[in-house]
Amino acid sequence: MIRFKAALTASALTFAVTTLSAQAATELQWWHAMTGANNETVERLAKEFNESQSDYKVVPVFKGTYPETLNAGIAAFRARQAPHIIQVFDVGTGVMMGARAAIKPVAEVMKDGGETFEIKNYLPGIVGYYSTSKGELLSFPFNSSSPIAYYNVKALRQAGLDPAKLPKTWHEVFDAARKIKASGWACGVTTTWPTWIGLENFAAWNNVAYATDANGLNSLTPKLKINEPIFVDHWDRIATLQKEGVFQYGGRTVEAKNKFLSGECAILTESSGGIGDMIKSGMEFTTGPLPYYPEAAGAPQNTVPGGASLWVFAGKPAADYKGVAKFFTFLSQTPVQARLHQVSGYLPVTFAAYEQSKKDGFYEKNPGREQPILQMIAKQPTDNSRGIRLVNMPAVRDIENEEIEALLAGKQDAKTALNRAVERANAAIETAAKAVQQ
Amino acid sequence: MQRRVTFPNRVLPYLLLAPQIAITSVFFFWPAFQAVKQSLYREDPFGLSSAFVGLENFRAVLTDPNYLHSLRVTVVFSLSVAVAALAAALLLAVMTDRVVKGRGVYRTLLIWPYAVAPAVAGMLWLFLFSPAMGTLAFLLRRAGVAWDPLLDGDQAMLLVVVAAAWKQVSYNFIFFLAGLQAIPRSLIEAAAIDGAGPWRRFWSIIFPLLSPVSFYLLVVNTVYAFFDTFGIIHAVTGGGPAKATETLVYKVFNDGYVNLDLGSSSAQSVILMAIVIGLTAVQFRYVEKKVHYA
Repeated sequence: MIRFKAALTASALTFAVTTLSAQAATELQWWHAMTGANNETVERLAKEFNESQSDYKVVPVFKGTYPETLNAGIAAFRARQAPHIIQVFDVGTGVMMGARAAIKPVAEVMKDGGETFEIKNYLPGIVGYYSTSKGELLSFPFNSSSPIAYYNVKALRQAGLDPAKLPKTWHEVFDAARKIKASGWACGVTTTWPTWIGLENFAAWNNVAYATDANGLNSLTPKLKINEPIFVDHWDRIATLQKEGVFQYGGRTVEAKNKFLSGECAILTESSGGIGDMIKSGMEFTTGPLPYYPEAAGAPQNTVPGGASLWVFAGKPAADYKGVAKFFTFLSQTPVQARLHQVSGYLPVTFAAYEQSKKDGFYEKNPGREQPILQMIAKQPTDNSRGIRLVNMPAVRDIENEEIEALLAGKQDAKTALNRAVERANAAIETAAKAVQQ
Repeated sequence: MQRRVTFPNRVLPYLLLAPQIAITSVFFFWPAFQAVKQSLYREDPFGLSSAFVGLENFRAVLTDPNYLHSLRVTVVFSLSVAVAALAAALLLAVMTDRVVKGRGVYRTLLIWPYAVAPAVAGMLWLFLFSPAMGTLAFLLRRAGVAWDPLLDGDQAMLLVVVAAAWKQVSYNFIFFLAGLQAIPRSLIEAAAIDGAGPWRRFWSIIFPLLSPVSFYLLVVNTVYAFFDTFGIIHAVTGGGPAKATETLVYKVFNDGYVNLDLGSSSAQSVILMAIVIGLTAVQFRYVEKKVHYA
């Protein structure tokens, strides 16, 4: 804690120093968490925007990992030195929404800035996630992804399965995984992000509630519903497969991707953003939709986005917001969006960018890249699939991960695990909501 | 007779002290004060609303079964690290003490790991033993060991204990070696002439003479395992699986930094502060009195 606070102070100081060097053009600070190729994309976007006009200068600042960036933003806000724009990952969405006084909704920024903004031009599955239940857009979707299934083609063939006829439901996936294991493969199936894919998207895709009050959209203290039979049955199956060695747990975040890349596991559910690594590895793979349960009414519904969005902090001069609005308009331009989508592997935010990519023949040249979009726009989102709002989502995911780990280690059954997760998470939500509401 | 240095100038000593005091104030006293203050409030992450709740955060922490679990984990982890690091270092020091040729090389190599940053040490062990990509993990599995520290809490604990102990062996090694070399040869030779074998000589002469060093190291190692192993745990297990390796320090970080529960996190760090003060007091009271460094 002591070091943490010292670090916060230090980062606030650095920020104070950088803002002193403001120039003629109004500077707009943009804190982000993008590394590698994505970092270059961010730098390029800022440069292009700055060259396109002379009133504003967007200054991108890399702030570390997603949680580090969020924490830097929170610390800066407390020190009254908040940046204009901050990139916050999906899990932090509820945290930001819980702090309404600290943020300025993007819809308001656009309106005050005099920029036209038509929400219907944007993919509903994505903007829905970052909007209030009344449809007001709170943050600007920057990089969105959606979970899909990856298959090792060699493993499918070895087990006598047809790579052109991929499994669609979880039953079929688990059957295929068993066959692959039986054919001598080390591991049939695994997943990255067990909570994002196995609980949050699982609920949306099967059109069942993750929590009450429209998954927390309409209340600060929703109660989780992940101990309903469909969740219990699903995790019970996974626990059995884990015991048989067909499923192999890889970790709480992206670790399991290595199990797929190394050829150990034949089937993987992972973010669409992970496709770059699969291509780079040179392995023979194919992608399919996220599996669902046919017995769930309305499944498959639509998936909820992962990734991150751009939030605007409150308390800045009106002129600054004008610049922010202009920047968001710039980001929404079709060529910019289409390029972002095609280069980074993230989803396009606007229909126009999607159409453009189709026209470019991008999806014919890159099979599998359309799948995550189709999953997101196939249907109008329902209360179960618009998104999940928990004021302390990171803490809730932690709790879920712990109970799932104890389940897969064989220390408890699926019913106990999910009951305990619900009980602990509800208590944690209650406490966190008290802090926000008081 | 005590020699005392006196300054002719009355201001100079304070000036000389000032930088240290400034650093201590900025990086210790002020944050410590903030932590104590924060521990009495319930506040949202952004500081938009905050309410004084007295000792509520402490009550919540101390009645939380997860906190007590974390305390147990910390005790098991710290004792295991201390014992493993001390035993391995003593063995290596005794062996090195007997080596005649190339002693300098052995010494240098054994001291090396101490220079490795905890997070890096953690990554090294992770690369060896991670089930997804670890070289040795692969060999273990091939040999029929169900190696899966991602789910097996005991294996995860073993992994972080070994990684943390490995890093501390070097430090202990230096002290043990110095301690061994301070033992008069004549004592050992006399025992040898009286017919004591190496085993007997070790337990009856060497080990008792090393006990002040051992006690000092035990305290230092326990403190190390308590507070300086965050980097290793963060890199190797992240406190998992299912909290199996979540020590008190890791819990402070996780609750504050990841879960954004500042009140609880601060209360925990205040409790930790009390533990550090207690441990330091013990060290000064018993160790400083009994150990003769000369």
